[in-house]
Amino acid sequence: MSFLYFLINGISLGSIYAIIALGYTMVYGISKMLNFAHGDVIMVGAYICFFSLTRFNLPPLVAVAAAMLVCMVLGMTIEKLAYKPLRQATSLAVLITAIGVSYLLQNLALLLFSPNVKVFPSIVGNGKISMGDIVVSHVTIVTIIVCIVIMVGMTLFTGRTKIGKAMRACSEDKAAAQLMGINVDATISVTFIIGSGLAAIAGVLLCSTYPTLVPTTGSMPGIKAFTAAVFGGIGSIPGAFLGGLLLGIIEIFAKAYISTQISDAIVFAVLIIVLLVKPTGLLGKKTREKV
Amino acid sequence: MGKTIRNSRTRTVNFITYALVIIAYIILQSMVSSGNIKSVLKGMLVPICAYIVMAVSLNLTVGVLGELSLGHAGFMSVGAFTGVTAAMAMFYGIPGVAPWLRLLVGMVTGAVFAAVAGLLIGIPVLRLRGDYLAIVTLAFGEIIKSLINNLYVGFDSKGFHLSMLEDKTNLLEGGKLIIGGPMGIGGIKKISNLTAGFILVMITLIVVFHIMNSRSGRAIMAIRDNRIAAESVGINVTKYKLTVFTISAALAGAAGALFAMNYSTIVANKFDFNTSILVLVFVVLGGLSNMLGSVIAAAALTILPEALRQFSEYRMLVYAIVLILVMLATNNPALRALIDKLKPGRKNEEKEG
Repeated sequence: MSFLYFLINGISLGSIYAIIALGYTMVYGISKMLNFAHGDVIMVGAYICFFSLTRFNLPPLVAVAAAMLVCMVLGMTIEKLAYKPLRQATSLAVLITAIGVSYLLQNLALLLFSPNVKVFPSIVGNGKISMGDIVVSHVTIVTIIVCIVIMVGMTLFTGRTKIGKAMRACSEDKAAAQLMGINVDATISVTFIIGSGLAAIAGVLLCSTYPTLVPTTGSMPGIKAFTAAVFGGIGSIPGAFLGGLLLGIIEIFAKAYISTQISDAIVFAVLIIVLLVKPTGLLGKKTREKV
Repeated sequence: MGKTIRNSRTRTVNFITYALVIIAYIILQSMVSSGNIKSVLKGMLVPICAYIVMAVSLNLTVGVLGELSLGHAGFMSVGAFTGVTAAMAMFYGIPGVAPWLRLLVGMVTGAVFAAVAGLLIGIPVLRLRGDYLAIVTLAFGEIIKSLINNLYVGFDSKGFHLSMLEDKTNLLEGGKLIIGGPMGIGGIKKISNLTAGFILVMITLIVVFHIMNSRSGRAIMAIRDNRIAAESVGINVTKYKLTVFTISAALAGAAGALFAMNYSTIVANKFDFNTSILVLVFVVLGGLSNMLGSVIAAAALTILPEALRQFSEYRMLVYAIVLILVMLATNNPALRALIDKLKPGRKNEEKEG
């Protein structure tokens, strides 16, 4: 059990957090709301993938695509039905609605999929490769690669494409964006769709690494990824990446070198300390207050 | 002119709140003493009181001070565990102490320890705003849960023994392990009762109303409405924010102790993020800064899942749908306008304001 082994596992876990955090951060950036239902979209994605693999014997890539498709539709529906009517409401009202949606998804899953623990089959098999004296599973490597691809893809998407630019414009100033001819409602919908699609991927990767699937699977990773997003500076895409990775590494190291039981306490304590030093997260923008 | 109208209205609302709580207590207490009450409802009386106190105290932070807190259950947890420990140590250490005295000591101990925790968590509040503050309170709640899950406290003739992670308390003969890590506290004497809950609710309401209608309360609301303007007229933001966090935490701590002593066992996982959220739902549905609303929402929503028992496995689903629909309905602009039209008094106030 070497340092390098823990580091690789930490990066892998961090990659999953980073992908979830990306969804949080994008949605927060554009609609200034904490989407507490995001963690449950992860769970839904994992269940869809699970049933596609075991019940319908679909090939892994098709199963992941199916999970993404279902989650994207789900994300769009949630946004249209629950969040859109509250555009003008206080952020607290939206927060409570998001919590309601989260309860709804968890309890629907409880009824539809039963509370029994499902053992998730890894999408890339259980193979392992040895590099020198350490053994790393395929899932770990695939997770890290997928995360890098998504991060590069999202950075290019928001920087280069028309929709990506529209998303950035909306997060900066919705009224001005609308005056420039951007369809704000459609842009927000697209953001939710992308975020939910990413959540599905994160769900599959999460359950491939930690194969127990229950209706509350998404809650804790959701909260952790949310902290990761804040850690890196909420609203910032590189921030989500950095925050997620650091959180994963800290968690694995805390488990390995200090104590498994209080690793969560250590993760959250580090978060508080970082926020005390940098109140808007690691890469968050400092906003000047105007009087 | 506007001031006197608002004052008299505040006084009426406060009066209604007190009256409602007292009447509810008298009715329920007479039902309990005549044995004319369903056992399900009887078991829920103390939790309802505890949740009312939680909701009103959280409303002080979220509604009156305007800072979102997602870790209110953390204070409840601190209060529950320290309070029960104190009460149990008293039971073993001093034979023959009256139960009400143990309950009182437990609740006061819980309040004091939770107040210290509130002060500690209040310090980062001074640097952080909005969602960043919310996340710190969330993190705090999780830290408390994680620490108590690994805390071992024993009591013997030499006093208290503490250890973390594993049981290293090495108690003397006749010593008792009180907090047993993930097992929590077992063998609690159920000494909470409706009267204690009622008194705590009344104290909470008196404290919160007095703050709201005092000079400090107006300062706190000024900070909420415009921090920069409040600072520029010489209001000490640091002092008031810390005060609110400490008082709110102390009340939650007392509620935690009351709540815990209604059950024979209590574990740290009971006071998790979901509990914090539950209380926040009471506050938002009851209305920000509206203490009467918090009281009603806390009582109604604690009973609701039980009342939905006929839906059996669908009850949490129904609860979730009710929650979403209520939020959508109360924030519907057309409905809002209709409600405002039905309340002629509010319009006048806006004109004067």
